[in-house]
Amino acid sequence: MNAYLEPKHEMVRKLVRQFAETELTKEVIDEIEETHEYPKEIFDKMAKCGFYGMRVPQELGGQGADYRSYVIMAEELARVSVVSNIWATTPNSLAGGPILNEGTDEQKEKYLKPVMNGEMKICFALTEPEAGSDPSGMTTTAVKDGDDYILNGRKCFITMAPIADYAIVFARTNPDPKAREISAFIVDMKLEGVSTGAPEKKMGVIGCPTSDVILNNVRVSKDALLGEEGSGLRNALATLDVGRMACAAQAVGVAEAALEEAIKYSKERKQFGKPLCKHQAIAFMLADMATEVEAMRGLLYQAAWMKDKGSKEVGKFASMAKYYCAEKANEICGKAVQIHGGYGFMKDYKVERFYRDARVMTIYEGTSQVQQMVISRAILK
Amino acid sequence: MAIIVKTNECKGCGLCVKNCPFDAIALNADRKAVVGAGCTECGKCVDACPFKAIEKKSLAAAEKKTVNIHDYHGVWVFAEQRGGKLMNVVIELLGEGRKLADEIGTELCAVLLGENVKGLTDELIGYGADKVYYADAPELKSYTTDAYTKVIYDAINEYKPEIVLLGATHIGRDLGPCLSVQCETGLTADCTKLGIDPEDKKIQQTRPAFGGNLMATIVCPNNRPQMSTVRPGVMAKAEFDKNHKGTVIELKPSLKAEDLRVKVLEIINSVENQVSLTDAKIIVSGGMGLGRPEGFELIQKLADRLGGVVGSSRACVDAGWIPHSHQVGQTGTTVKPDIYIACGISGAIQHVAGMKESGYIVAINKNEAAPIFEIADYGIVGDLYEVIPAFIEALDAKNK
Amino acid sequence: MKIIVCAKQVPDTTEVKIDPVKGTLIRDGVPSILNPDDANALEAALQIKDADPDTTVTIVSMGPPQATEMIRECLAMGADNGILLSDRAFGGADTIATSSQIAAAIRKIADYDIIFAGRQAIDGDTAQVGPQIARRLGLPVVTYVQKIREFKDGKVIVERQLEDGYEVLEVQMPCLLTAVKELNTPRYMTVHGIMDAYKADIPVWNHDDLGLAPECCGLNASPTQVLRSFTPAPKGKGEMAAGSVKDMTETLVDRLNEKHLI
Repeated sequence: MNAYLEPKHEMVRKLVRQFAETELTKEVIDEIEETHEYPKEIFDKMAKCGFYGMRVPQELGGQGADYRSYVIMAEELARVSVVSNIWATTPNSLAGGPILNEGTDEQKEKYLKPVMNGEMKICFALTEPEAGSDPSGMTTTAVKDGDDYILNGRKCFITMAPIADYAIVFARTNPDPKAREISAFIVDMKLEGVSTGAPEKKMGVIGCPTSDVILNNVRVSKDALLGEEGSGLRNALATLDVGRMACAAQAVGVAEAALEEAIKYSKERKQFGKPLCKHQAIAFMLADMATEVEAMRGLLYQAAWMKDKGSKEVGKFASMAKYYCAEKANEICGKAVQIHGGYGFMKDYKVERFYRDARVMTIYEGTSQVQQMVISRAILK
Repeated sequence: MAIIVKTNECKGCGLCVKNCPFDAIALNADRKAVVGAGCTECGKCVDACPFKAIEKKSLAAAEKKTVNIHDYHGVWVFAEQRGGKLMNVVIELLGEGRKLADEIGTELCAVLLGENVKGLTDELIGYGADKVYYADAPELKSYTTDAYTKVIYDAINEYKPEIVLLGATHIGRDLGPCLSVQCETGLTADCTKLGIDPEDKKIQQTRPAFGGNLMATIVCPNNRPQMSTVRPGVMAKAEFDKNHKGTVIELKPSLKAEDLRVKVLEIINSVENQVSLTDAKIIVSGGMGLGRPEGFELIQKLADRLGGVVGSSRACVDAGWIPHSHQVGQTGTTVKPDIYIACGISGAIQHVAGMKESGYIVAINKNEAAPIFEIADYGIVGDLYEVIPAFIEALDAKNK
Repeated sequence: MKIIVCAKQVPDTTEVKIDPVKGTLIRDGVPSILNPDDANALEAALQIKDADPDTTVTIVSMGPPQATEMIRECLAMGADNGILLSDRAFGGADTIATSSQIAAAIRKIADYDIIFAGRQAIDGDTAQVGPQIARRLGLPVVTYVQKIREFKDGKVIVERQLEDGYEVLEVQMPCLLTAVKELNTPRYMTVHGIMDAYKADIPVWNHDDLGLAPECCGLNASPTQVLRSFTPAPKGKGEMAAGSVKDMTETLVDRLNEKHLI
């Protein structure tokens, strides 16, 4: 029971949990970890359930759900498989978000619909080698040439880039570095001059490819501009705002799963003549983990509820949720491995994967330090 | 009957709420127990209340009699036949029916429907039936709901049995409900135990509910016949006695076209498929105690004898003795069979995690300190190469 | 086509545990779910609707007011509407009374071509209510349906599961079919469906709506009564065999026999 949730949110939870526990079996997850490939059947089944267009109004062919439904979906998928959650949240936030925010009706029809149906993949190309947490260091440019723009630059750590049909590319439309005029373009990955680097070899979240996107004199028409010239940064930040909550949600999910596994194991495993959970050192560790998971949930659901109610303060709360949940998820997964002892270090037990998958959560979608900046700015203004 | 809370006596301790298997009691705002819609009057709360504030009372309205129960006599067994052969459960029902009939002091009868299966009447009499009601018609060759319901309902109406027993087969569980509606009487499904109340001679039917987590004893006090479907394989079979005498009473089925709205186009018998570990009722698993890969042949032999499936510990899979699909445990399959027989398996935590929910666990191991014995219901310390053949022998001996 | 699906909200019995000390059922935190066989029944109806969009699927369920949640789940899977039969007077109903109440509701709906129900509910495991409803409505019934082959000329051809195979049956419609899990794989809800389901109005019918007097409902109309209920004896400490190999294995066979395991 939670004061911020309504029965329909619990029904969304039921759906996603049922889906995750039925489809994302041990065999499927092992195979993903081994082959680094995500099964297309599962990707398609998630589309059928409506996981890719959660917040898009039903009139536009979306699901018409709210932010609370969205974070619950992310939490429940991550509880079983973090990488599945990445596959499900990407169309909602990084791919669909910018188009939903600022796209024209034609752009929504052309891009948003197929993204929601799982027929098209779009990646979000913001980060650059020298512009991670600070997008003002961006060097990718878009220079107007008649009715077209010519794009040049290099983006890195772009999730799904190797398999994307389109990329939303953020580029400077004003060469003056002091003018923070950044614009967003929808770029066809098949265009001449677009290439991707080799997929990165990652520590965790195995099964969704990440690579560079290189733009070498890529010519796009003005129809590719998303929003107005100079609205790109605003759009990116609005998108990341939502992404922050989804990221907090996946941290909650993985922490919850790590806690469940730790509890289960501590009851089964015996040392010194009694189950681990009967040793106070372990029992208290579990008590801390459980308390933290509830605190994470509380912060997350509150942020999502505020967003649903249109609160102006939501930015601060979304950052708090992302910061706290990501940090705590790492601690909790670490403790879960610790409780498993030597077995926890082995791939036979789920906590090993949880531990690796949780690590990126304090890094992507705004590092913990960026969240601290946002939070401190909000409370010190 | 009804469950009544004496509000003055209720102290609001909530023990009744905790003990109610059906979640049917709650405490109201004044912390007084209130019985809700889910109540089945099982009486658990009556026993649980330390203040004697709950009682089970007869209500005049509920005690109405719909039939004169004294008009009904005899125990009937539905003699289900398929393809001219009696189902095993019929013999079990005759065994159990004999006991019930003797306790009440009444006769045991069988009801047989089919086409040209009169030969079965002798078999039924040999197994203890005092009377066999027999209907012969082409429409009765194979079971159909409409025809069988009609013929048996007409017979019940005419001969008025007090108890009707059916095997809880796919056919019995189709026919039983339809008969119970026709007779407006109670039917208790899938019983595992039957008994007669020594005082009023009524039948007490015990059956599992809640996935076997709860047993309920059910009575049908005021309607007749009292009907049960009985789980196959539970009751002891009747002994065949060729000298037992009985009579055959021919039923004259009157079936009209409108009674036959379901047509049997064909019946297909299929050999049982190899069941998967997850669905298996019986699993025989081998571990490193086998000592060599060929040991699984013995495991297979026992599994075949029991109609079960072969499982394995992880170590044997890693050693390449048996494919991974047989592995039970943390990194294999989690199983919950009725019987799990662990042979030469020490019981490492990863293995136990995958099978500890099994209904009945048998462990065979040389090492008496093996952790598997901690969770075993029956443990044998010994060499599995001696124990398993002896076990198979004992099974064969029992079956003779 | 007009289809009615009978569904029941049940406790997830796989989550029910026994208190090892008191020997009572622990139901705290046991979730309520759509009865699994009923999900197969609903899926069968939805597949007909997939093929013929003119189909309407109506859920009929009996239970406490909370069962509307389960009906919403059915709507979120694709059913068009649902009706809940809920009344204090329905309490304590056995299968005879339950089937009479549900049959009364279906009579009130009046317009239908086919009724689907699950083979049995996991809390009671009786498998009786489906065929009993059919009998009360005077409909032909096929239980244990594992496959629906085709519809033709107002008839439906189905496969009925038997212990040792199956039979192929031709049934006149309207009829009632009870589904086993082999019939299909139930679909998931959709998020879209969930959002719509929480906007839907789910009527609740009581005994007056069904035209049944209270004494013809629930416990009063139930021929069977629960005399007592008890939890099976808890699993005791295991037994270590003693004696010769022959003694030990013979005792094992006895134990398995006593427990009706073989």
